Amino acid sequence: MARRIPLPVWLAVGLVLALVLPETGWLSPYILLVITYVGINMILAVSLNLVNGYMGEFSVGHAGFMAIGAYTASVLTVWVFPRDASPVLFPLALLAGGAVAAVAGLGLAFPSFRTRGDHLAIVTLAFLMIVKSVLENMPSLGGPRGFMGMDKLTTLGWVFASVTGSVWLARNLVHSRWGRGVLSIREDETAAGLVGVDTRRVKVVVFTVSAFLAGIAGGLFAHAIQFINPRSFTLLKSTDMLVMVYLGGIGSLGGSLLGATVYTLVLEGLRPGLQSLGIAQEWRLVFAPLLLILLMLKRPLGILGFREFRFLVPRDEREKPGRQAERKTP
Amino acid sequence: MSFLSVEEVSRSFGGVRAVSGFRLDIGEGELVALIGPNGAGKTTVFNLITGVYRPDAGAILFRGKSLVGVPPHRIVDQGIARTFQNIRLFRDLTVLDNVRAAQFGRTPTTVWGALLRTPGCRRDERRVVDSSRAFLAALGLEGEAGTLARNLPYGRQRRLEIARALATRPALLLLDEPAAGMNPAEVEEMMELILRLRKEFSLTVLLIEHQMRMVMGAAERIVVLEFGETIAEGTPEEIRTNPTVVAAYLGGEVT
Amino acid sequence: MRFYLQQALNALQVGSVYALIALGYTMVYGILTMINFAHGDVFMVSSYVAFFVATALIGSHLALPPAVVFAATLLSSMFATALLAVAIERVAYRPLRRAPRMSLVITSLGIGLLLENLAIAFRPVGPAPRMLPALIPSTTIVVGGVAFSALQVVTIIVSAAAMLGLDALVRHTRVGIAMRAISWDSALVPLMGVPVDRIVSMTFAIGAAVAAVGGTLYGMTYTIDPYMGIRIGWWAFISAVVGGIGNIRGAMLGGFLLGAVEIFTPVFLHSSTYRDMVAFSLLLVLLVFRPTGILGSPAAQKV
Repeated sequence: MARRIPLPVWLAVGLVLALVLPETGWLSPYILLVITYVGINMILAVSLNLVNGYMGEFSVGHAGFMAIGAYTASVLTVWVFPRDASPVLFPLALLAGGAVAAVAGLGLAFPSFRTRGDHLAIVTLAFLMIVKSVLENMPSLGGPRGFMGMDKLTTLGWVFASVTGSVWLARNLVHSRWGRGVLSIREDETAAGLVGVDTRRVKVVVFTVSAFLAGIAGGLFAHAIQFINPRSFTLLKSTDMLVMVYLGGIGSLGGSLLGATVYTLVLEGLRPGLQSLGIAQEWRLVFAPLLLILLMLKRPLGILGFREFRFLVPRDEREKPGRQAERKTP
Repeated sequence: MSFLSVEEVSRSFGGVRAVSGFRLDIGEGELVALIGPNGAGKTTVFNLITGVYRPDAGAILFRGKSLVGVPPHRIVDQGIARTFQNIRLFRDLTVLDNVRAAQFGRTPTTVWGALLRTPGCRRDERRVVDSSRAFLAALGLEGEAGTLARNLPYGRQRRLEIARALATRPALLLLDEPAAGMNPAEVEEMMELILRLRKEFSLTVLLIEHQMRMVMGAAERIVVLEFGETIAEGTPEEIRTNPTVVAAYLGGEVT
Repeated sequence: MRFYLQQALNALQVGSVYALIALGYTMVYGILTMINFAHGDVFMVSSYVAFFVATALIGSHLALPPAVVFAATLLSSMFATALLAVAIERVAYRPLRRAPRMSLVITSLGIGLLLENLAIAFRPVGPAPRMLPALIPSTTIVVGGVAFSALQVVTIIVSAAAMLGLDALVRHTRVGIAMRAISWDSALVPLMGVPVDRIVSMTFAIGAAVAAVGGTLYGMTYTIDPYMGIRIGWWAFISAVVGGIGNIRGAMLGGFLLGAVEIFTPVFLHSSTYRDMVAFSLLLVLLVFRPTGILGSPAAQKV
């Protein structure tokens, strides 16, 4: 058997590629933007998977966390940081966006103590609507017209670093006592409490971490397209995330990476595809909900449901009989 | 001061009294059985002790501390664990992970430690895995660590529930019909298992059971419940010959 | 005072529409404990059906009297929408009845989006807002300084008739009794010879037909567009939750309450942009502190 190339080597190669590729001019700006979207969507899918997949709760409000992260980061780079220092301070803006979103996530964890399932879905939706409504009613942030003036700070290097960092954090959380607490809530919340899992604290932790990641993705998004408005973060955006999570597979980080990649590429591929067939571009929008419905009917666990790529399991966990050991996908 | 004392506890649901004026005192190290016909309120007693329900009236003290209004996981932290009448394992987790999950309250890993996977976190995880394997071994489940809980045979699931309860390091173990649906040989085996675990982990045990073999063979004291009220209490000998109990419940079952 | 009376009348008009849609949410929830997120978009479809039927009838050479056109529009919209809802239940919801409940919720979310995006992509509908032709003469009666438009009067009367009819249906007919039996205990009822599948289909059909009454009346008052189902649908849903989801009279009460929120928020806050914030904050507070709504009763947890 050939020796496996260790993960750090892969990561180093990836980082070098992310830094060098845009400089070569081999890739068109459009391709670079699509790659950026894939990265952002990976973070979003991982974030949503923590709540919807691992914990088995149901949030449709993640676009709200993303909005909070996007606006926070943009305000910092445009108004607060000195213009020339912005590229250097960009990660700080991203982290701040994530942090503010995390505070909102903390707030949203409290309703989840008492409500579950579809009722919690409504709570998260109400949260999303309120975020949007607040943004629309803040003239200083551009109100319904939106906020602009951001430099294009989202480079492929930052995207790569953010994806790696996000996946690393999520992986670590999942493989700790907190992660098992999350899974036990998914399986049977009452029983979880009765074997000592502090279900409330676990929920707070998961909602906070998940919102933090979505906030980071929001900051990246804002500085990739350099213009945001409240309509960028609607239920439609949340639905995109849902499709990616359920396509790739719930309870699987690898699934989220896969789901984000496939979904983003297919959606982009449909543009020229439809054009060559002479079909109006509006039909592209029909694709996502149709895919979501078919997934639920035919393959509710997604491609990789509850299974994981080896490299996404911490080394000291790999030899243990993990929960993916003998899962059969129905 | 007794180990667990339940004092005049009542609880009703929508006008129906599930438990009324229930009293129970258990000394440290005792093995007490709670028996009674279906619907007598036995499981409700467990739910009251473990904090699933809050009593309408009365007090519950464990080692002198009140349990009323304390959330379930804190009660577990104080040393009370239980199993369920209708098995409630984490069905889609492996046997090992079921036991690992039950050590949540016995692991100090902070959120930051977990997120950054610090050396401390890794040490905690190693410790949890080692002890989980030990608990599985105590129940004879070590060979099935990687099996999904849902795929275990019924009798093994009962054992896993006990292993999971033990993993919380209880001083008081509440067993809700551990021998339900078992044949006489399996009942015998379960009884020996409970007696062994009790010694090995120095447990106090409160047991709900319908299998009279087990009740009479294992319990030192028996409490009989009917319509939410205690109708008799005593040693197996006393209960066996108590006319009220025989009329209400035992019938011809005990020979 | 007159001003407030006038506003109250407007609130009653808007609230009627919310109440009509809320009934569909609440009936389906009552029987399947499922939130049918697609219901708002089914309402949107009903407005478009009304639009096409009314336009065709007005433009035809039949020269029908307006009352006949109105009745034909209303009935065909109710019928077509009921059919759509039954089809959706058959194809997308029924196979998932034994699946985890979240699968159903996600599917209904998907159906809703699918209807919206199909409407946009479908040329004859398209994204542009449209108006129903005038079916009711635009006369106004002034009583005590309050102006009643004919449209308002028709809206309130037709809605009230639909609601009373539904209430009677659920309380007194065999179908209604079967519905209530299923919502009481869905495991036991099939054993008693109640055809659950048929009753579920009927529930979806009735819920959609009632929403179509709202859709037609709404389309006669305001412009319609493919996204109207989102906002109106959510407001109607909030109405159902406020009244206590699963409770039919609660849904009506909630509808009128939300109508009042819509009309009086701009009156008191001097800006209509806060309406959504008020409505959704109301929802949030209610779900967290009294998830069973005003008329609902709490359920106990079983171990």
